[in-house]
Amino acid sequence: MNESKRAFGFETRMLHAGHIPDAVTGARAVPIYQTTSYVFDDTDFAAQLFELKQYGNIYTRIMNPTTAVFEERLASLENATGCLATASGQAAQFIALATLLQPEDEIVASAHLYGGTYTQFSHTLRKLCVKAHFVDPTDPKNFERALTPKTRALYGETIGNPRGSILDIEAAAEIAKARRIPLIVDNTFATPWLCRPIDFGATIVVHSATKFIGGHGTSIAGALLESGNFDYSHYPTVSDPSPSYHNLKFYETFGHYGFLMKARAETLRDVGACISPFNSFLLIQGLETLSLRMERHVQNALAVAQFLKSHPKVEWVSYAGLPDSPYHALAKKYTPKGPGAVFAFGVRGGREAGKKFIEALQIFSHLANVGDAKSLVIHPASTTHQQLSDEELQKCGVGPELIRLSIGLETLEDLLWDLDQALLATSR
Amino acid sequence: MGSGSSLACDISLNSILPKHLQDRYQNPSLIRRILAESKTIAMVGLSSDGQRPSYFVASYLKYEGYRIIPVNPKAKEILGEKAYPDVRSIPHPIDLVEVFRRPEECDEIVQQAIEKKAKTVWFQLRIVNEHAAQAAEAAGLDVVMDKCVKMEHGRYNGSLHWVGMNTEIITARKARRLF
Repeated sequence: MNESKRAFGFETRMLHAGHIPDAVTGARAVPIYQTTSYVFDDTDFAAQLFELKQYGNIYTRIMNPTTAVFEERLASLENATGCLATASGQAAQFIALATLLQPEDEIVASAHLYGGTYTQFSHTLRKLCVKAHFVDPTDPKNFERALTPKTRALYGETIGNPRGSILDIEAAAEIAKARRIPLIVDNTFATPWLCRPIDFGATIVVHSATKFIGGHGTSIAGALLESGNFDYSHYPTVSDPSPSYHNLKFYETFGHYGFLMKARAETLRDVGACISPFNSFLLIQGLETLSLRMERHVQNALAVAQFLKSHPKVEWVSYAGLPDSPYHALAKKYTPKGPGAVFAFGVRGGREAGKKFIEALQIFSHLANVGDAKSLVIHPASTTHQQLSDEELQKCGVGPELIRLSIGLETLEDLLWDLDQALLATSR
Repeated sequence: MGSGSSLACDISLNSILPKHLQDRYQNPSLIRRILAESKTIAMVGLSSDGQRPSYFVASYLKYEGYRIIPVNPKAKEILGEKAYPDVRSIPHPIDLVEVFRRPEECDEIVQQAIEKKAKTVWFQLRIVNEHAAQAAEAAGLDVVMDKCVKMEHGRYNGSLHWVGMNTEIITARKARRLF
């Protein structure tokens, strides 16, 4: 056995972290453990497992060996202490907040959020008596101004959906640290290849793994990760004796694993939003090529943004990779390889032109997803954000002319051709 | 997925020690050797309360095949083993003295571990006392500091992996169990 330690690189960890070929078969690929449950060694061991005195497999609603590979691999890539995979990104953020908060608690969230997140906070959390204050994240001081004595977390997206604003993670983390509350960052649009929020002071990272992590658009999934650096001793939800585990104190007993153990053994167990082992397998296939795909995604995205910028039928382009973007400086700091491949532009002619544009596209798929290997397009005002009132829409920075693109891996010239012919079709 | 047997990926999570002390007191090869060679563990500060962290660690290690000797002046017996008021009073040899007490008590515990001819002293997670560590090293003992025995065991035998934690182990070699 080699005596030394080594800091393995990102790409090596994309391929190897979390998976050791098993001792019996030596199977090189990660096996799909499509099982609901696991035979116990004996009654003593079973009792220990149920009391969480042993780490081990009990039931796939709580853990699964294929899923564990996905979880540990993503934890390694995000420099996190651990990971909990979930049925969807919505489930991941809900489980993170449901683990952390109790009724009457409040959070301060960026208003530049995915529409589904916005409604989860403004409606479902509200029904559970948790209030979210939404603030313009382009000035991080807005997070500070919205703090109340009940604020228990800050929340934002590395790259905001849909206009591509960049969160000043370090500034938000400082505000959170001064108040001893965690900063939760949705890193879906960046992926750990472009940005690792924990390196900038975030405590909890959430993902919709459905997007670039999978990359193939086949599987809905999510993940939450934790830094291991946050002191939860003043969070009763994590540190108080847990009545559903014989008064086990998760933070005292599991230390830096306490939050994630609680999220898994209690919240996931009770909420039930577990990931399918087969989806975990597909996401592992995605992670193995993450850096290669993201490199091409951001290359194509920049070229498309530059093309649109000079197009006469385009009113504006909001991509932080363009030097005149108000978020360019933040993008250089937080996503130096490129600020993702999802951005928005305004088509000349407003709502009508927007519809014509989408109808004329031949290669871009019109659908409600981002982060596929294929290029995607959507008109948020009529789809993802349609539940929001006009006032809420404006707060999210979504106008009627706004078109959101997710730039894929097709031949660049074909993407430019498609956009050009569809833009020209708007004036016909 | 089986158990870990190779290099540890050195991203040094979850330690409050500076880099040079991590290299000295958290060396993965040393930790794996200690876990493989130790059979009898004196746990100083083991609680008789089944929901205390020390009890979780002890019951885990007992199930994994280690003999746990409780050191607790207030207890008679814990996990089926007779408890002793201090390390000095244990009538048989011990391999590892695991410390679940405050840093200021570590110097005295180390002295007793040296007298007892233990091979290793291990200060649990967040327990740091450099002076005590140096004294143990000067007497030829191995020292681990600011690490949890259960977490480290689970990390290298693969079980911590089952609950989605980052074990930092990267290898393409077939799994084999070392302890």
